[in-house]
Amino acid sequence: MSGSSAQKPTGASFLKPLLGAWSWIFLLAILVFFELYARAETGQTFLFRVYNIQSIAIAASQILLLALGLTLVIVAGHIDLSIGFTTGLSAVVMALVIRMAGPESGWAIVILAMLVGTFAAVIVGLVNGWLVAILNVPSFIGTLGTYGVARGGALIVAGGATVSIRSDEARAFGNGDILGFPVPVVVAAVLAFLCHYLLAHTRFGVHTYALGANRASVERAGVNVKKHLIWLFVISAVTAGVGGLVYTGRFSAGAANAGEPILLYAVAAVFIGGASLTGGQGTITGTVIGAFIIAVIQFGLVFSGLPPYWQFVAVGLVIIVAVLVDQSRDKLTGMQS
Amino acid sequence: MTPILQAQNLNKRFGGNEAVKDVSFVVNAGECVVLAGDNGAGKSTVIKMISGVHTPTSGEVRFQEERLTGKTPNAIRQTGIETIYQDLALADNLDPGLNLYLGREATRRFLGIPMVDRRTMRETAKEVLKGLGIVIPDPSAPVRDLSGGQRQAIAIARAIHWKAKLVIMDEPTAALGVPEQREVMALIERLKAQGVGIILISHNLPDIFAAADRIIVLARGVVAGERRPAETSDEEIVRLMMGAAG
Ligand SMILES: Nc1ncnc2c1ncn2[C@@H]1O[C@H](COP(=O)(O)OP(=O)(O)OP(=O)(O)O)[C@@H](O)[C@H]1O
Ligand SMILES: [Mg+2]
Repeated sequence: MSGSSAQKPTGASFLKPLLGAWSWIFLLAILVFFELYARAETGQTFLFRVYNIQSIAIAASQILLLALGLTLVIVAGHIDLSIGFTTGLSAVVMALVIRMAGPESGWAIVILAMLVGTFAAVIVGLVNGWLVAILNVPSFIGTLGTYGVARGGALIVAGGATVSIRSDEARAFGNGDILGFPVPVVVAAVLAFLCHYLLAHTRFGVHTYALGANRASVERAGVNVKKHLIWLFVISAVTAGVGGLVYTGRFSAGAANAGEPILLYAVAAVFIGGASLTGGQGTITGTVIGAFIIAVIQFGLVFSGLPPYWQFVAVGLVIIVAVLVDQSRDKLTGMQS
Repeated sequence: MTPILQAQNLNKRFGGNEAVKDVSFVVNAGECVVLAGDNGAGKSTVIKMISGVHTPTSGEVRFQEERLTGKTPNAIRQTGIETIYQDLALADNLDPGLNLYLGREATRRFLGIPMVDRRTMRETAKEVLKGLGIVIPDPSAPVRDLSGGQRQAIAIARAIHWKAKLVIMDEPTAALGVPEQREVMALIERLKAQGVGIILISHNLPDIFAAADRIIVLARGVVAGERRPAETSDEEIVRLMMGAAG
């Protein structure tokens, strides 16, 4: 019981940090790959061009807005599949409020529209939390249900089509920049920072990790687990909802399926970032790296002139690699105990 | 000595099954009371009535003159009764410090923003465990990497750090190897030396005789006998467990 049990296989302790940092290494590798490829094929730089960096950052922030809250839910050992359509619902609701206010909408209307759009997301989060925490519905099934409801809701509210708007303010929110940083990137960065603080530096974060490892541990420690779970699903819905607000700003239109193509990428970003399906693991930093890996692959393939469908194949392969890395990490841990 | 805990005429019925019938006993400060008995004798049910997980069908529990029956498990923990269940309920992915503090985490302020103070918790855990004679090789590693005995020590450290006056342990050595069993028994001695009262559930006769100041034998829900280790023998305890009249 003393220090004597500390001797561990040295091979494992050498490999472990490498596996822990694999996503950084992988991101670096694909950046180098696309840079070399671009120089060889076109003689141009891939990475050292503001437009490319901005495009990658915007694509990453779209993925991130869905993936940030999801990271917290996955660390707690649950999943939230409804976020794809929570994004759509918030996008459509924001667009509708602006459209109802007429063409001369000022900042007040746009901000009101964003608040109402976020509120719609909060409702989805509360329903998810109620299903999982109070009714004990497994989150996979429960949020698959709200996925359908939010999707139908968004389509019904939108009248089955996209809700286009004319608002300079909304356009500025989606396409403007602050000191050269695109607004969507700033929004995602601020939310990433907040989620990181919450998960890594607060008691709420500690309880989220403990919940993912062993529900009894937090329950017996006197934490109100039901309330905690409801909060997690509301946070997840809110970051996804903000993704919808950014969408409406960028495209001057709210679409019910705004988040649909991103859902899979968001889930992938969380797992590439080191989270595990069984819960108790994962970080916001990891998820940010995961989102950038996917964004670089997406943009890099388009930039290299390959058919865009290759991105599905490439991202799929990265997900499989992520799972394999996670498993070998578990095996190493098993070896040590 | 005035008892710190009094269990008075506890009864628990699950449907038609009378799991515990008219069980009474006391625990004094610094004393280890062993609840012994065969499978299904009602040992776990008795301690769950003390920790608040079950409400007795009749009877009551008093702790330092205060009535506990009817309080929530949390409120009971706050009065100074720490229960260590067989599964320990540790968060395997967190370090010993966070496990020691789980639910009562220490925070510090950085630029006015509250932050979980991992270092303080880690250092405290190291100190408390050192006081128990346990050295954790890497205090920042998750407790999943630790041995069964070390994990048990963390659960016991939690009771010590939060100044529990009574510690309840349900078969703490059941899942351990022989050397670790011995170490847990040593931890129990240290708790006793600090004046903490202990209720220990055990099947294992050598453990029972090593730890107990008093042995209470349950058989089919009733107290079959109460003995001091010096006044009894293995054979008699086994006979009581099998339900022979004491
Ligand atoms: N929650 C419950 N619901 C119904 N019956 C229960 C419940 N808990 C215990 N029992 C029954 O009460 C009786 C006593 O069980 P208890 O768990 O207290 O025994 P034990 O002495 O701890 O046994 P073991 O040594 O196997 O742990 C058993 O017949 C058991 O089936
Ligand atoms: Mg039992």
